Amino acid sequence: MTLHSTDFPQKMRDPDQPLLTVENLTKRYGARIGCADVSFDLYPGEVLGIVGESGSGKSTLLSCLAGHQRADLGRIAYDGRDVLAMSETDRRRLGRTDWAYVHQNPRDGLRMGVSAGGNVGERLMAVGARHYGQIRGKAVDWLGRVEIAADRVDDRPSSFSGGMQQRLQIARNLVTSPRLVFMDEPTGGLDVSVQARLLDLLRGLVRDMGLSVIIVTHDLAVVRLLAHRLMVMKSGRVVEQGLTDQVLDDPQHAYTQLLVSSVLQV
Amino acid sequence: MLDAGSHADAYNFAYLDEQTKRMIRRAILKGIAVPGYQVPFASREMPMPYGWGTGGVQVTAACLVPEDRLKVIDQGADDTTNAVSIRRFFQRTAGVAVTESTPEATLIQTRHRIPETPMTEGQILVYQVPIPEPLRFLEPRETETRKMHELEEYGLMHVKLYEDIARHGQIATSYAYPVKVEGRYVMDPSPIPKFDNPKLSGNPAIQLFGAGREQRIYALPPWTEAVSLDFDDHPFETSKAPHDCDLCGARASYLDEVITDDQGGRMFVCSDTDFCAGRRAEGHVGRLGEAA
Repeated sequence: MTLHSTDFPQKMRDPDQPLLTVENLTKRYGARIGCADVSFDLYPGEVLGIVGESGSGKSTLLSCLAGHQRADLGRIAYDGRDVLAMSETDRRRLGRTDWAYVHQNPRDGLRMGVSAGGNVGERLMAVGARHYGQIRGKAVDWLGRVEIAADRVDDRPSSFSGGMQQRLQIARNLVTSPRLVFMDEPTGGLDVSVQARLLDLLRGLVRDMGLSVIIVTHDLAVVRLLAHRLMVMKSGRVVEQGLTDQVLDDPQHAYTQLLVSSVLQV
Repeated sequence: MLDAGSHADAYNFAYLDEQTKRMIRRAILKGIAVPGYQVPFASREMPMPYGWGTGGVQVTAACLVPEDRLKVIDQGADDTTNAVSIRRFFQRTAGVAVTESTPEATLIQTRHRIPETPMTEGQILVYQVPIPEPLRFLEPRETETRKMHELEEYGLMHVKLYEDIARHGQIATSYAYPVKVEGRYVMDPSPIPKFDNPKLSGNPAIQLFGAGREQRIYALPPWTEAVSLDFDDHPFETSKAPHDCDLCGARASYLDEVITDDQGGRMFVCSDTDFCAGRRAEGHVGRLGEAA
């Protein structure tokens, strides 16, 4: 196979049709609720932020959406296809072509024993790229786009700083030009200046590639910068959702008001 | 100590009991039916340590019949510890005839080599396998590697080859070089040198692979296609020491390097001792050899 099969033409799509539709998604851990009755639509090019305190079900929701966990109830439709009814082959194929998942800890999303170039190239090889020169070329190109010097292409991620590892993870995920990216606290564990740079980079990539993103975080500054729309979760349920600025500037629900007022003003 | 004559009353034929052999034969048949697929089997404790060929020995025991002529190879040689001890084991417990000649053998158990002399239809070649999972060093989870085989997700195998080229400028994997069997399963051919990989494909003999510690059996039926993985711009190449055999002068056989003194003296000899001896008997003489 040649690399052509990995160049995914971005089909022209009706921007008025949601890319992802979620209805009444529920996940229980025994008697406890992971998340309950979550419904939303995500449109092409839209960034949806999910905020809430620890244990509010944000990460459960994200892993159910990404197919890492099986939801108990509800429906997920991606691009008109029912994700939960899909065969595992199709779902995993979707997971390495159209979808991407950025872990909070880059060590979970990277292969630490494999060079940076190999990490970026893995998704290409997984969809059939078999030309070393082209794979490497694409890897170097992507390292450049996430501001990693090309001469680090053969270094292992274990020799990278935390911020570089996170940028490498992003490059590795975006190399097959996905359309939907799941991010779980992508800036967690990074110091603020590195965070700011990463957010800047993410914002540019999201805009240039027209990505749809679902980003889970407890950092309101992150959603303020990145997200178009915001969902606030508490105890497994969505308590408020709306445009980011609207929710943050004029919170209606008591919990959201608490959350917004808890942010330290420097 | 048992001698070859008294095996009948001391052990069941070929050491294992009949129920165990039946279980192993079922695994072998399944392996042959699904070429390259790793069939789990209930590996037994054998009277030798893991890593010495417990898997191969069990497969051999399950295949042996009294009329068989057995040959055992260790790194190509018939006279090294592993080969001698396994050969004697079956001489004692099965009382079968043994041979060092590849064409005369009906069943050959091998460690790390395929004989230079071409195999023929009707022969069985049993490999000893330490780690049957080709994806293991890249993906430590067994549940995950099984899923990857199930769904044919073999991109990771190329990541390994990519790493080789990135680090060494070429595919540096020189043994246990992964092959794709009949366009479906990726298989570890046991630690044979990649020099032997082309002989895996389209081989008229039945090739069986036994991993005792890992409890897996897999197989290549006769005339099965096994393609060595590679990149379009870095194709698969075999490799051997760039010398001729110093004893028999063979140009195309796989060579061992032997240190002969502490002054830097060395010689290259065929790793397949039977092949080398056969050539010398035919009158071929290498650089350091003596005419037969």
